[in-house]
Amino acid sequence: MTPAVLAAPAPSDPEVALTRRRVRVGETLFRLVLLACLVVAFAFLAWLIAFAVYRGWDRLDARLWQNMPTGRVSRIEGAGVQSAITGTLWVIGTTALICLPIGILAAIYLEEYADNERWYNRLLELNIQNLAGVPSIIFGILGLGVIARALGLGFTVLTAALILALLVLPIVIIATREAIRAVPQSIRQASYALGATRWQTVSRQVLPIAVPGIATGSILALSRAIGEAAPLIMLGAVTYITFNPDGLDSAYTVLPVQIYSLVIEAQAGFQRLGAAAIVLLLGLLLLMNSLAIVVRNRFQKRW
Amino acid sequence: MSLRRGRRRPGERVIEALLVAAAAVSVATTIGIVVALVEPTVEFFAEVGVVEFLTGDRWTPTLDPRSYGVLPLLTSTVISTFIAVAIAIPLGLGSAIYLAEYASPRTRRALKPLLEVLAGIPTVVYGFFALFALNSVLRGIWPGSDQPDFQNILVASIVMGIMIVPTVASLSEDAMTAVPESLRAGAYALASSKMQVAVRVVLPAAVSGIVASFVLGLSRAIGETMIVTIAGGLSSDHIELNPLRAAATMTAFIANIGQGDVPVDSLDYRSIFAVGSLLFGFTFALNALSIRLVRRFREVYE
Repeated sequence: MTPAVLAAPAPSDPEVALTRRRVRVGETLFRLVLLACLVVAFAFLAWLIAFAVYRGWDRLDARLWQNMPTGRVSRIEGAGVQSAITGTLWVIGTTALICLPIGILAAIYLEEYADNERWYNRLLELNIQNLAGVPSIIFGILGLGVIARALGLGFTVLTAALILALLVLPIVIIATREAIRAVPQSIRQASYALGATRWQTVSRQVLPIAVPGIATGSILALSRAIGEAAPLIMLGAVTYITFNPDGLDSAYTVLPVQIYSLVIEAQAGFQRLGAAAIVLLLGLLLLMNSLAIVVRNRFQKRW
Repeated sequence: MSLRRGRRRPGERVIEALLVAAAAVSVATTIGIVVALVEPTVEFFAEVGVVEFLTGDRWTPTLDPRSYGVLPLLTSTVISTFIAVAIAIPLGLGSAIYLAEYASPRTRRALKPLLEVLAGIPTVVYGFFALFALNSVLRGIWPGSDQPDFQNILVASIVMGIMIVPTVASLSEDAMTAVPESLRAGAYALASSKMQVAVRVVLPAAVSGIVASFVLGLSRAIGETMIVTIAGGLSSDHIELNPLRAAATMTAFIANIGQGDVPVDSLDYRSIFAVGSLLFGFTFALNALSIRLVRRFREVYE
């Protein structure tokens, strides 16, 4: 160290001495590169939405939900996707009725009842984590080989709903478990101290508190199911259905599969209708996503 | 007086049994998948040799002469996965570092829902975007005479990469946020800059979670179906190494043959299950690896 440095006068304000003296180019550059990563991802999102709206603009009117699909080029301008909209409502409604009770009960078992030291409970947990990563097309194979053919349910609303329910079940279970885990232990202990049984504690104390978290997870799981096409194109949804489903044993199509059939057609008329249906589907999903965020921010208690 | 309960409560037992039954559904699903795959796969290999399946370089189940060599499907799957991951890893990791280390809590609260929206876009929409939006731009600006096909692996893989960014970003960010604040404080006390803290302290400390996010991204890319079916093409009569050409991945083949009315007792029908078994095997191995890695970072810091 040179004497000059030693002799430098002490700064009057210690705050000043602790701030950096020069701008580091590398630091700023690094920060910009990181920001650019996010910007690139969001730019694709904006481009994708803008492109779908632009392509489907002419067809974004009442024809979309009032009319039925057609496979004929000559009639495409008057066609809509009504059967796919009603089909989506039927299939997703049934999916919710199947997967939400099962998922929530399974999560209660894993969080409140299961002994984590037991091998079968660990296996159960591993199994759920693994199922969450199984490609959706494999669930299509399960539906084709077991539910549609071996169980003889055929290509119906019920088959589609069963497969989507199994597909999103891990999401419901994982989200519900997190919501239950966030409930403080002291509430359970207080309940037990007052003589409540295990189920009384779970059903009257833990679950009511966990409802917002469970609702958020359930909405996100169902919005995943709404957009899912891969397993259903193996389960008979790729046909032009010109009637609305009228029961669980009805033939069906759903929005994402209808979009698939439309956009792979060579004529531009089909693609424009497909783009309009995409805008409708994205609108629905954005609505559900916002609902989930509102539920999470509004009703979730912090402890 | 004893503290044990005085009377039996049959209701509690019934409820517990119900809960166990609900949890067992997930096990039944896995067993169902394995059963659904195994039987037709075994029948398939009774007609087509395992060696022919694994080493044959033509996959033409619907064209004469029929040939069942899975290598063309496998090659396209590997190439598309590689390109997708090469895009998703830098973008996802960069986003994660920004969100975990640089963004203010307010910015984070605004940006994370946007990432969730990106993660929630249906893959059929990504496929449409790849085929009509990105591909026309790509074909417009492509230098040289070797123009990309109308459907090609490159464009499908790029969009698949964008699709996987939220997967990599959110899991990596979780891993970095789990790194204790004391490590950062220690590094700052030693006069580290923000970048040094992020790159030399937080990244190494979160490495198992970050690698797990890469592995999960890899598994998503291998299993992704609609994007490659719509934008990647369906040809599989030879091994295609050029990503500018149309080629079918394993998933695209399954989706394409599976959507028609395939006669149940045919070799075509069984070939769906044989390819499905291979796909399931790959993703199963990758998922198991990522679960182990995630468990490790949870053990270290939680």
